[in-house]
Amino acid sequence: MSATLADAPQEMPAGGQEVTGPSAFSGGLSRFLALTWTMAVQEFKLRFFGSVLGYLWQLMRPLMLFGVLYVMFTVIFAVSDQPAFGVALLLGIVLYTFFAEATATAVTCVIDRENMVRKIQFPRMVIPMAVVLTACFNLVLNLGVVFIFATASGVRPHWTWLGIVPLLALLVVFASGIAMTLSALYVRYRDVQPIWDVLLQVTFYGSLILVPYETVVAEGYHELARVLVANPLAAVVQEARHLVVDPSYVTMSEAIGGDWRLLVPLAIVAATFALGLRVFNREAPRIAEEL
Amino acid sequence: MAPHAAQDVVIGVSGAEKSFRVPREATHTLKERVLHPLRRRGYDEFTALRDVSFGVRRGEFFGVVGRNGSGKSTLLKCLAGIYGLDRGRIVVDGRMSTFIELGVGFNPDLAARDNVIMNGIMLGLTPREAQSRYDEIIDFAELRDYQELKLKNYSSGMYVRLAFSVAIQVEADILLIDEVLAVGDAAFQQKCFDVFNDMRDAGRTVLFVTHDMGSVTRMCDRALLLEHGNVVMIDEPDAVANRYLELNFAREEVAAEAAPVVAATAAAPVRAAGGWIENDAGEHVRACIQGQRYAFVTTVELRADLRDPAFTVLFLDDHHRDMLVATTAYARSGEGDYRAGERVDLAVTLDPRLRPGRYTLTLIVGHPGVGMTELTRCEEVLSFVISGPYATGGMTDLPHEVTLRRAALPAEQAARPA
Repeated sequence: MSATLADAPQEMPAGGQEVTGPSAFSGGLSRFLALTWTMAVQEFKLRFFGSVLGYLWQLMRPLMLFGVLYVMFTVIFAVSDQPAFGVALLLGIVLYTFFAEATATAVTCVIDRENMVRKIQFPRMVIPMAVVLTACFNLVLNLGVVFIFATASGVRPHWTWLGIVPLLALLVVFASGIAMTLSALYVRYRDVQPIWDVLLQVTFYGSLILVPYETVVAEGYHELARVLVANPLAAVVQEARHLVVDPSYVTMSEAIGGDWRLLVPLAIVAATFALGLRVFNREAPRIAEEL
Repeated sequence: MAPHAAQDVVIGVSGAEKSFRVPREATHTLKERVLHPLRRRGYDEFTALRDVSFGVRRGEFFGVVGRNGSGKSTLLKCLAGIYGLDRGRIVVDGRMSTFIELGVGFNPDLAARDNVIMNGIMLGLTPREAQSRYDEIIDFAELRDYQELKLKNYSSGMYVRLAFSVAIQVEADILLIDEVLAVGDAAFQQKCFDVFNDMRDAGRTVLFVTHDMGSVTRMCDRALLLEHGNVVMIDEPDAVANRYLELNFAREEVAAEAAPVVAATAAAPVRAAGGWIENDAGEHVRACIQGQRYAFVTTVELRADLRDPAFTVLFLDDHHRDMLVATTAYARSGEGDYRAGERVDLAVTLDPRLRPGRYTLTLIVGHPGVGMTELTRCEEVLSFVISGPYATGGMTDLPHEVTLRRAALPAEQAARPA
């Protein structure tokens, strides 16, 4: 019964499957989707039911930021005389909050799930994608609040509101690309976290959220305004304002100065996503060892 | 032992190699990379698996044993697909499920249902399967009354029960089991073993990683012994268990050699000058295995002339109890005249069927007669380990047989249909 150890080649199963080790997307698409969905729902439930006021806390952050900025810039400084500036500001903050939440949570997400990664085989990409999906759930709820606020402020509901869907898709792709990159890099380089914190702050001021495009132009910084719209987040915010808040907010195409120039933010989104895929795919097989 | 219905191989591992890079200094920050872009980061290569090949047949209960750090957990993780191999191949025929840790992904802030479904999907169920098996799972865990409770309020026993119930719901042809059974009380462990046995009887293949030789000899059909990432042997569990025990106690060599040769007082007429253990082949060994004969030799150096001394060796266990006393006093074989400066080797030969554990020898030289006058007592002349395939809990493992005689039932009871 004793097996030969030496030269005889090992008999292998005839019809078996090769065990290839972990990767970003192993085990089939349906398993990937099921896991991502379940993980995201679980995370969302935790935040929803984890505290007494649940979802209110989720809403509190964008709303407080909005309240402070709104009072500051309409009552005290009167930065903008744009129509429905309040709605435009809130919309911008909600979109930014999604972006910030998805990417900042993604930074540490693989490490947070360390035990799982070490102990079980599953497509690693599930982890950052679940983070983005949870942020999407919050975004949908927050947008509901924006629409209610908009209607209450006298903005008429309009079919152009539907145009926000492809914009959001673009934003989700952008955020996913960053989430993949950051979560994979953080495993090796812990500096990613503070760096990204700082960059997120810069992004807030660089995405035309607080000071709308029209105000930047009115102050005479026309070129600067155009450059800012090359930032995909700024382009999305601008177009969303045009569609949802008031047509007097120029479209992203006008803002950047021509349709073909829109290729710049689009290219940035595509490149970010491709980079994320590449980095995460490269790191995925060894994540369990590097932790 | 389970019959091998089919002898075909379902897990094949061929030339598997895996090494880890261990950075010499942790350079985890970008700053260091930026400031010293050209400095090569030093790595120590640590090889956890070296050219490991083996096959597991369908329906087999296959044990993988080895000391801590022998690479057995790495092997399991490679089989499970958590680590990728550097070289070699692993091919698996059939659906595989891993029990590396119970309750992976359990979240203490959620109730049983959410956790069961999450964990089930993690282990390979589809969401629908996980939903439909929830009732079965919660009943098997006997936690129906507590299903609304958050997991953080569960006792550790309840937690493990729930996790185990989920894990066995995954209908896999091949199970990879780590020492998850180390958790839980004896009754729960027994329940686990029962389940694993049932699975084996149902034709599943089980690969079981452990360092408990008792469970290997009890459960496995064959076992593989790993040492420093190399396959030492693949054989019957008894043979592997013996080899493992030998390897495990090879380290005791140093300890045995260093055992203090306690000289009695300077004025003592006798001094112990060391000792050793020989096996049947005359080789010196440091650990003994039950069932083989060894000579326990102690050397004494006489410092004074002695007449008719009696030499006595005490085998003491780790509680300093006399387990065996071997003496020349009754046979009077030590009688005669001894001169100062003489060296005497005293050999006690036996098959040490004593409870596995550490033992020491104490040497006493005295005058024979009533009450035996002790001249010198040298303690811990030799220290060694006895190992055996089982730990029965008894003080000795005297050769014995166990037989059962079952009385026939009275006629009318036997006639009753079952």
